[in-house]
Amino acid sequence: MQIALCIKQVPDTADIKWTENNTIQREGVESVINPFDTYAIETAVRLKEKIKDVHITVLSMGPPQAQEILKKAISMGVDDGFLVSDRKFAGADTIATSKTLAAAISEKIKDVDLIICGQFATDGDTAQTGPSIAQHLNFPQVTYVKEITGYKDGVLTVKREVEDGVEIVKVQLPAVLCMLKCDYEPRRPLIEGFIKAHNANVKSYSMEDVNLLPEEVGMKGSPTYVSKAFRPEQKQGGEVIVPNDAKEGAKILKEKLEEFKII
Amino acid sequence: MTNQGILIYAEVTREGDLAPVVLELANSAQDLAAKLGGQEVSALVVTNAGDIEHVKSDLKSNGFDKVYIVQDERLAIYSTEFYSKIVIDLINEIKPEIVLIGATTQGRDLAPRISSSLNTGLTADCTSLDINEKGMLAATRPTFGGNLMATILCKNFPQMASVRPKVLKKSTFPIEKDTQFIEIKPEIDNVEKKVELVEFIKNIPSTGKRIDESEIIVAGGKGLKSADGLKLLEELANVLGGAVGASRAAVDAGWADHSIQVGQTGKTVMPKLYIACAISGAIQHTVGMNSSEKIIAINKDPKAPIFQIADIGIVGDVYEIVPELIEMLK
Ligand SMILES: Cc1cc2nc3c(=O)[nH]c(=O)nc-3n(C[C@H](O)[C@H](O)[C@H](O)COP(=O)(O)OP(=O)(O)OC[C@H]3O[C@@H](n4cnc5c(N)ncnc54)[C@H](O)[C@@H]3O)c2cc1C
Ligand SMILES: Cc1cc2nc3c(=O)[nH]c(=O)nc-3n(C[C@H](O)[C@H](O)[C@H](O)COP(=O)(O)OP(=O)(O)OC[C@H]3O[C@@H](n4cnc5c(N)ncnc54)[C@H](O)[C@@H]3O)c2cc1C
Repeated sequence: MQIALCIKQVPDTADIKWTENNTIQREGVESVINPFDTYAIETAVRLKEKIKDVHITVLSMGPPQAQEILKKAISMGVDDGFLVSDRKFAGADTIATSKTLAAAISEKIKDVDLIICGQFATDGDTAQTGPSIAQHLNFPQVTYVKEITGYKDGVLTVKREVEDGVEIVKVQLPAVLCMLKCDYEPRRPLIEGFIKAHNANVKSYSMEDVNLLPEEVGMKGSPTYVSKAFRPEQKQGGEVIVPNDAKEGAKILKEKLEEFKII
Repeated sequence: MTNQGILIYAEVTREGDLAPVVLELANSAQDLAAKLGGQEVSALVVTNAGDIEHVKSDLKSNGFDKVYIVQDERLAIYSTEFYSKIVIDLINEIKPEIVLIGATTQGRDLAPRISSSLNTGLTADCTSLDINEKGMLAATRPTFGGNLMATILCKNFPQMASVRPKVLKKSTFPIEKDTQFIEIKPEIDNVEKKVELVEFIKNIPSTGKRIDESEIIVAGGKGLKSADGLKLLEELANVLGGAVGASRAAVDAGWADHSIQVGQTGKTVMPKLYIACAISGAIQHTVGMNSSEKIIAINKDPKAPIFQIADIGIVGDVYEIVPELIEMLK
């Protein structure tokens, strides 16, 4: 089974700082693998450990620095990886991003059986890239996946989490899965992993290499664009009270519940 | 320009009712249509072959000019392949200017397949919609974990947006229209269905109420230090007739199921009252609840960021204050 694993480098959003001009400060902010993608990696590696003849190729569209996350994935047990990188990719929305990733997968990976993405990236946060890749390749998709629970004769069984419960679905390969945070944690690389990653030859492919035209990628290939970005308004807080004891605290709350017409 | 009108994908729930977000979209679409100089607002219902009178009457009293209905027993359960084909076919036929879809799990599964097939733009998980001075849809959405708001425009037609449930308001009064119901046959005979639902296990919330539907939510965080804390909050929720929610840290600790997590990677809620107990108020949590009408916070730490957005904050121990409050309310 050939797996293509799509991962994205994102700024650590838990650590967003603002400049004086109300823009996001980019310097000094750590870049990390999109947290959902770390579960995608773990899920792929677990599948490789369970069934025979699985080969995992990781890819990312991004600037040259994104090499780092590909190496990190290799250190966690992925077989090999490549970057798709070109100045012309700048400003890509999810249509252009997914077209580029779909083209890279078709051009550079032979006979892919399974594409694993994260459900969301924590920066752009659209959750659209995975399903859009599936549409471009005409593959079926399963979104909001928690776990792969079985595989037999080209059919995967997966567990997905939806608003009102949990679904068990069967999907025929080739297919795209979009992973949520799993009930298991991504592994830490072992020393052999670091060595393998260090020695790995992570190639970088340009727009021409993946057979796309300038009008299909980046800003030109993107139907949407960000017209304005701003800091969200903060809700103004009210009083903060330090009561003398718990009874007084509870009494104040009860009065508030009455004031709010809850009771 | 040839594209005209607003089309809303009217999601039907597993129980066969209209998803609440559809009525939120309907209300917002009235506003957008007026700003566009009085365009038609239509809805598309895709469902199984059963009786849908209640769905029709909900749509009728929410201002739709036209409702397209696609019924077929193969559509009883949502399928990406069938449903996307149907929506794409209708868009190609009626050529709307704007297409709105609820950002539910179904909507977020469906919408990107449609936009990529039509090679048009899709703004994700919006929290407000407007028409700009050039008559284009300006859709605003939170990004970077709620740290940054972005207004997105689309160059192609239809302009598509998925809209977060529970953020836009429903209309408080009926907008009766002489709605035209149009039945159409799905063209799905040649669509290969490669995903099959084997089993569905419904979540049964401990209080019997789902957090995304409850008017009152009592939520607990890592500061509770054990699952017992959530039991205590459940008691308070029961007294108030509400549901229990949790922060991600509490979910990660294994005290609660992910289905009750509030925040960026959980649910967005907008109840009448949100009581945050032993929750620090990280941005990834507050993006999911800061539109609540009233917020009460109980936290030991007077500097906890949650107090900055709470209407009333009590500095103290949840384990001392909440039992007293339950006693007083009983
Ligand atoms: C503020 C802001 C708002 C935006 N709003 C929109 C919008 O509303 N609509 C729109 O179409 N675009 C939007 N974009 C552009 C969008 O963020 C980019 O297209 C981005 O490359 C992919 O989208 P995402 O971050 O939303 O990823 P998601 O779709 O949320 O990511 C899901 C998964 O797709 C895979 N993936 C995503 N990007 C890559 C990559 N570069 N390489 C490898 N795998 C990847 C990963 O597996 C990831 O877990 C916005 C960008 C910004 C900065
Ligand atoms: C990509 C990403 C996505 C995320 N998504 C989410 C999300 O969807 N939802 C979410 O909630 N978080 C999310 N987080 C995590 C978020 O950043 C915080 O880590 C989390 O919300 C903290 O949870 P908490 O407030 O329960 O715990 P803590 O931050 O540990 O706070 C515990 C609080 O309890 C108080 N306390 C302790 N004991 C008591 C007591 N006895 N009585 C009263 N107060 C007490 C403490 O003073 C403290 O303020 C996300 C993070 C990332 C990076």
